[in-house]
Amino acid sequence: MTTATPAVRKAVPWRRVALHVGCLAALLVMLYPLAWLLATSLKPADEVIASLRLLPSRLEWSNYSTALDGVNDVSVGRLLTNSLLIAGGAVIGNVLSCSLAAYAFARLRFRFRGPLFAFMIATIMLPHHAVLIPQYIIFNQLGMVNTYWPLILPKFLATEAFFVFLIVQFMRGLPRELEEAARIDGCGPFRSFFLVILPLTRPALITTAIFTFIWTWNDFFTQLIYLFSPEKFTLTLALRAFVDASSQSSFGPMFAMSVIALLPIVLFFLAFQRFLVEGMASSGVKG
Amino acid sequence: MTTTEVPTAAPAKGVAPPSRPARRRREGAAWVFLSPWVLGACVLTLLPMAVSLYLSFTDYDLFNPPSWVGLRNYTQMFTEDPRYWRSVVATLTYVVIAVPLQLALALAVALALKSMRRGRAFYRSAFYAPSLLGASMSIALVWRAVFNDGGTVDNLFGTGGWVNKPGWALFAVALLTVWQFGAPMVIFLAGLLQIPGELYEAAAVDGASRWRQFAHITIPMLSPVLFFNLVLQTIQAFQVFTPAFAVSAGKGGPADSTLFYTLYLYDRGFVASHMGYASAMAWVLLIVIGAVTAVLFRTSRSWVFYASEGDR
Repeated sequence: MTTATPAVRKAVPWRRVALHVGCLAALLVMLYPLAWLLATSLKPADEVIASLRLLPSRLEWSNYSTALDGVNDVSVGRLLTNSLLIAGGAVIGNVLSCSLAAYAFARLRFRFRGPLFAFMIATIMLPHHAVLIPQYIIFNQLGMVNTYWPLILPKFLATEAFFVFLIVQFMRGLPRELEEAARIDGCGPFRSFFLVILPLTRPALITTAIFTFIWTWNDFFTQLIYLFSPEKFTLTLALRAFVDASSQSSFGPMFAMSVIALLPIVLFFLAFQRFLVEGMASSGVKG
Repeated sequence: MTTTEVPTAAPAKGVAPPSRPARRRREGAAWVFLSPWVLGACVLTLLPMAVSLYLSFTDYDLFNPPSWVGLRNYTQMFTEDPRYWRSVVATLTYVVIAVPLQLALALAVALALKSMRRGRAFYRSAFYAPSLLGASMSIALVWRAVFNDGGTVDNLFGTGGWVNKPGWALFAVALLTVWQFGAPMVIFLAGLLQIPGELYEAAAVDGASRWRQFAHITIPMLSPVLFFNLVLQTIQAFQVFTPAFAVSAGKGGPADSTLFYTLYLYDRGFVASHMGYASAMAWVLLIVIGAVTAVLFRTSRSWVFYASEGDR
């Protein structure tokens, strides 16, 4: 990594101080909505609205116990399990199918590779809505509406081209000699994929897994269309139902539930931020 | 490039140029690896595209068989549906406001972080966090409350609740998008750090001002990344849904000011059960996004500069 600061120009200390002050100020503004969310989730009902104070005068933990009861007689535990099931299935599907397709595009030769690769890239730009309604009809015909299949099955068919592209980019960086050595040792494409290439692709696979988890967790549109029984709801859908069902007085419990829904993403971010940030950086630069 | 034509000195078994059956076996292996993707591309992408094109010329409510109506969905959309045009105007306004603001902020912060020696990794992660959290329903609800009547922004600046004012609700949604500038910022920063420092040293020796260095080194060297971010963020902005849904409780209000294209498409297709009409809307969106991308690619020839044209 080259630091691109011009060596000729001496760095002035006050400039650097100003830079840090500016960045910290920006950070404070940016973190405000998160602080607001956390504070409001602990506020008593009468302090929620029309109060400029960020911090509650006393901590109203009952907001959380109300939130844990869930919505429409479905507990938060159940909603959490539903969300985890969908996100978990999506992660397994994406990692498996996208790495298989990426290996073929990055390392194998076959007819129409160029045009198919171009098509795959083009589907990154394809608006989801252009395929949404027929997909809905297909899943409806298969009796899969109001089940988790429409949310999970597509991930096993490498429909998220962004991740295929991400893994292709990574695999292209691995040295050719690895497979040659494997071939001399008698490995066919399958064994060299599983034993040589896949283990070395681990950083890209982890990035894929984490992004898939977070994006599936955050997804609202697909869940809104395919799921309608309250006991099948995810946390995201339940949150929306919460808003519809409750008046402003239950602001506290609603935002307690928002915090619960956000928690897994925050934890994932704190644990894997290096993979996330670098995964995002590498997806664009070499394009 | 490929394993089939590697001239190796060692005459070990299996290294000799593969015979025809061997090559065919390799080709077959590639298709095995590709099979999930091929199946997905056919059944979940190509077939649905064709079907949605067909449905766009029909009336279809999901229960009765589709009936052919020719171009009526399209003519109705363009000539008889004021809500359709309000959704177009809302979406275009949003794209034009949110994308440039977001990219400008992303570039500014990336430039600030580039010249930093300590704390760069920390800020980079911290500014990136909203890009992941902001897509959630939780944060969209926070936005609605903060920009509501009596919300924090109203209390601080006396704005009187942007989400209830037709002229301002869209701006509140745009701010949520701008807030998520971290993803393009990370890509900008990676691009900035790849610009060789010698370029700046040479320019500084020649007495080029900071502004000239920015205009003549940074921007040209960064133009591929700028272009990438512009295309990606524009395409995503056209499809924004969750924040508009949350801010307006799914209605697109006030006065249709946050009735984004995808929200109206959802409303027509899945609330009103006009699947044919929604399919027509989807195809117009597809064509518009394709056209915008094509225009961006065309204009990019004049301003995107690739340092290693030969490698590409």
